[in-house]
Amino acid sequence: MDVLKILAIAGSGILLFIVIELIRRGRLKERYSLLWLLAGMVLLLLSSSRNALEFVARHLGIFYPPSFLFLIAFLFLLLITLHFSVVISGLSEKSKKLAQELALLREELHSTKGASRDDGKSE
Amino acid sequence: MRILIIVPAYNEEESLPGVIDDLRKHIPTADVVVVNDGSRDATARIAQDMGVKTLDLPFNLGIGGAVQAGYVYAERQGYDAAVQFDGDGQHVGMEISKLLRPLEEGIADIVIGSRFLVPGAYKAPLFRSLGIRIFSFTLSRVLTTAVTDSTSGFRAANRKAIVFFARMYPDDYPEVESLVLAHKMKFRMIEVAVTMRERTYGKSSITPLRSVYYMTKVLMAIFIDLLKRVR
Repeated sequence: MDVLKILAIAGSGILLFIVIELIRRGRLKERYSLLWLLAGMVLLLLSSSRNALEFVARHLGIFYPPSFLFLIAFLFLLLITLHFSVVISGLSEKSKKLAQELALLREELHSTKGASRDDGKSE
Repeated sequence: MRILIIVPAYNEEESLPGVIDDLRKHIPTADVVVVNDGSRDATARIAQDMGVKTLDLPFNLGIGGAVQAGYVYAERQGYDAAVQFDGDGQHVGMEISKLLRPLEEGIADIVIGSRFLVPGAYKAPLFRSLGIRIFSFTLSRVLTTAVTDSTSGFRAANRKAIVFFARMYPDDYPEVESLVLAHKMKFRMIEVAVTMRERTYGKSSITPLRSVYYMTKVLMAIFIDLLKRVR
C-alpha cells in the first residue's frame, strides 16, 4: 500500500466521518448533506480500490490515475457551491417576502390601532 | 378609479414632507403609501406623522423590494392603478395625471414618464445620459417598442400589471428589468413626456468607471430576464 493511497483513504474517510457526525448532531440538515455524503463515498471508493481508479482513469485517457481523484473532488465542489447559490437565492427571496409581509402587517396593525383609538374618542 | 401612489423612500427625511405635500395638493383623490426601505433616519416617523400609510420594512431591500411591497399592498387593497413616485423629490406631482390618462383610456397597461421625449428638457450628467441611451437603444430592440427613458422610476400600472408585479418584480435593476418582464407578459407599454426636477437632496453615486460596470451588469440582466419564465 503506497502512501498516496493511505492519504486518499484517510482524507475521504475523515470527510465522511465529519459529515455523518454533523448530521448526527443536527448541525447539518440532511437536505444539504446529500452531496457531501455522495462526494465522500465516491472518493472513498475510488481511493480504496486502485483497480477501479486505474480502470476509469485509463478509459478517460488520464495518464496519472490519482489526478482523477482531484477531478472528482473538484467536480463535487463545483456542484456543492452551485447548490449553495441556489439555496441562498431561495433564502433571499424568502427573507424579502418576510420583510414585505412584516411591513404590511405593521401597517395593518397601525391602522387598526388608529381606528380603535378614534372610536374611543367619539364615544 | 382607485389610485395608489407608491413612494419608495430610503433616508429621505429632508425631501419627504415636500413630496407628500406635492402629492396631496396635485392629486388629492389618490391614496399615498410611503415604503420606508430600512432608512436610518426619521423617514418612517415623518411619513406616519404626516398621516400617510407607511410600509416600514425592517431592513433595506433595495428599490425593487421596496416598490414590490407597494404593489403587494395595492394588489391586496384592490387598487385599480398604482403610480411609482420617488421619495427624493425628483418627480412632479402635477405630472401624474399625464401618466394616468392612458390607463383611464384603456390603451396601456404600463405608462412610463420619460424625460427625453421632449428634447433638451432634461440635462442628465454626461455618463448617466450615455448609459440611459445605451439601455434605451438595447431595450427598444428587445421590447420592439421605442423606449427613451428606461431608467425612469416614474410610472403607472393598471390592475393587471399591479397583480403581476406583486407576484414578480426584479430586485437588481428593477426599472429596466421590469420592462423586460412586462414585455414577456405582453403588457402594453407607452411613454409619455414628463418634466422632472434635478435631485433636490443627496447626490448621485455614479462615477464614469462605475457607470461602465453598471451598464455591463444591467445589459446582462436584460438578457437573463429574456430567458426567465414568467407567468
